[in-house]
Amino acid sequence: MTVLTLIDAIKQAMDEELERDPRVFITGEDVGKRGGVFRATQGLYDKYGGTRIVDSPLAELSIVATGIGAALADLRPICEIQFADFIHPAFNQIVNEAAKMHYRSGGQWRVPLVIRAPYGGGISGALYHSQSVEAFFTHVPGLKVVIPSTPYDAKGLLKSAVRDPNPVLYFEPKKGYRAIKGEVPPGDYTVPIGPARVAREGRDLTAFAYGMMAHYTVLAAEQVAREDGLDVEVIDLRTLLPVDKTAILTSVQKTGKALIVHEDNLTMGYGAEVAAVLADDGFAYLDAPVRRLAGPDVPAVPFAHTMQEFFMPNPDKIAAAMRDLAEY
Amino acid sequence: MATKIFARPSARLKAEHLLEMFWLMLLSRRVDERAWALHRQGKIAFHISGMGHEGAQVGAAFAINRGVDYVHPYYRDLALVLALGITPTDFMMSLFGKKDEYSSKARQMPSHFGSKKLNIVSGSSPVATQVPQAAGLAFAIKYKQQAGLVNPDDSTQPRLALTCLGEGSTSQGEWHEGMNWAGVHQLPFICLVENNLYAISVPQEGQMAVSNVADRAAAYGVKGIWVDGNDVLAVYDAVYEAAQRAYRGEGPTLVEAKTYRVVPHSSDDDDRSYRSREEVEEWKKKDPILRFEKYLMDEGILTPERLDEYETRARAEVDRAQHAAEAAPYPAETDALDEVYAD
Repeated sequence: MTVLTLIDAIKQAMDEELERDPRVFITGEDVGKRGGVFRATQGLYDKYGGTRIVDSPLAELSIVATGIGAALADLRPICEIQFADFIHPAFNQIVNEAAKMHYRSGGQWRVPLVIRAPYGGGISGALYHSQSVEAFFTHVPGLKVVIPSTPYDAKGLLKSAVRDPNPVLYFEPKKGYRAIKGEVPPGDYTVPIGPARVAREGRDLTAFAYGMMAHYTVLAAEQVAREDGLDVEVIDLRTLLPVDKTAILTSVQKTGKALIVHEDNLTMGYGAEVAAVLADDGFAYLDAPVRRLAGPDVPAVPFAHTMQEFFMPNPDKIAAAMRDLAEY
Repeated sequence: MATKIFARPSARLKAEHLLEMFWLMLLSRRVDERAWALHRQGKIAFHISGMGHEGAQVGAAFAINRGVDYVHPYYRDLALVLALGITPTDFMMSLFGKKDEYSSKARQMPSHFGSKKLNIVSGSSPVATQVPQAAGLAFAIKYKQQAGLVNPDDSTQPRLALTCLGEGSTSQGEWHEGMNWAGVHQLPFICLVENNLYAISVPQEGQMAVSNVADRAAAYGVKGIWVDGNDVLAVYDAVYEAAQRAYRGEGPTLVEAKTYRVVPHSSDDDDRSYRSREEVEEWKKKDPILRFEKYLMDEGILTPERLDEYETRARAEVDRAQHAAEAAPYPAETDALDEVYAD
């Protein structure tokens, strides 16, 4: 086993998929010689050349749209959006085109497309380099939405995304690119798109999270175990669409309490869907209200570190929410 | 009879091809007219028409490798897709929204053409979305050739991507971004702009400050030409040259076919509110079908007897198509749940 950072696991997945399948190519802004602004594609241009590692014009709509066209022609594009905040010009192509193509063609045309985008705050990126955009897309049938929180999952899920016959949005918690490290086996393996992962087993309550917040939630669970003797189960959702209802219900059936953590703002965020799943099918399991810890309902993460810290959930805030719920 | 000079590619078309082109234009018109009638009879919910565009569309279709090259059309391209192999019955099934309709299994409105078998990509209703996708199709063609995945001379494989849209749709950023990609990578890409002078009600001068959409091509490093879109052979010539350039790896072309929509935008539109009857009547005199008919008669290729035969055949085909579609079952309610994802 080798210990890799999150971003190196992502790069390794792309490298191996490029090696495996000549139909796989990468396009996006600065993905070529520059190796991506976060270095996700570093070295790939030298290894595979400009035909397969393609610097795009500075225009997100056409990064996605040409990816759709190439996918229709049976290539396997990996489109990089430099920051998730910049994905919105491509919204029409993702939601109206990629997501609906298979359905609208009666199953004739498919779009095996991966869109990678770093997301999330806590990096002094302010309003337009910090956004969490997953909830826009988890509402859209026809898409799959994946957010890894460990290097192992990052590699295995990205490989699954590349091999999936559907459009997959693969959001990467950029604050964790180098901060999160973990063991990654060399060579080929996949992590299936769909199932959530039990990141930490526990009995007292369940905390659901994904991405950077899954990482923080495990830290918080360890903190409350140490300091309060609380035994928190942490579910890393890792695939947001389709929703893993079984994992949500199974865990809460055991613990009876649910906390959902995301850095996206609260209202209409992904936590609302988790809460709805529990209200619909897990009502009898609950012995406390479902709680959500999320960013405040302001337009996006502000720049000044004081306001940024206020916006972002962190292990201390998550631990406090766990204690609060446990006491109910 | 004067000696023919084969300067124009269309001059090499055999009589049987010219007649097939004429037949498809006529058939499209008769199918289209029936669709309007069905709407006025209250039998169908919606129709969007290509009447007046048949010359531009059939001319373009015959200039590419039909059914093999990628085509990403728009909702007005009835004659184009008939020329590519969609049948009147296919189209009638769309109008009536019947089970297993060819393009979308009756999920989409009519005229949202699409057929994997014929390499016609399924389209949506927001305009110009197909243009950057077509650039992606053309990118894939070039990619596969460069990567050795296909032989560039293999005419059983798509060797270009043709996409179509109206002049109003070139106001969209999607058009710009698609043209830019095609230019940056010098892709085997043809953008056919069917300029019918109106974006629903807004005339061309309300959409752009230039007289020719084709003039914009230069800004993308794309070759731009405009032709009389009501002259089927002029469109054939322009698209043929564009296709040959694409096949030779010489890059993209924008062909602007100047034409006119002789009917309202759709069955829900009333064009009397934005253009005069005189204007419409003037354009009806320039009808591409009448014009081609006269040409073929003058050349002795078409005879009044054959024209009668075509009209009889068209009527029979349209009748048969309508009856087949009316007799076909509707989709099951729960067919709405299928094919959200590919397996």
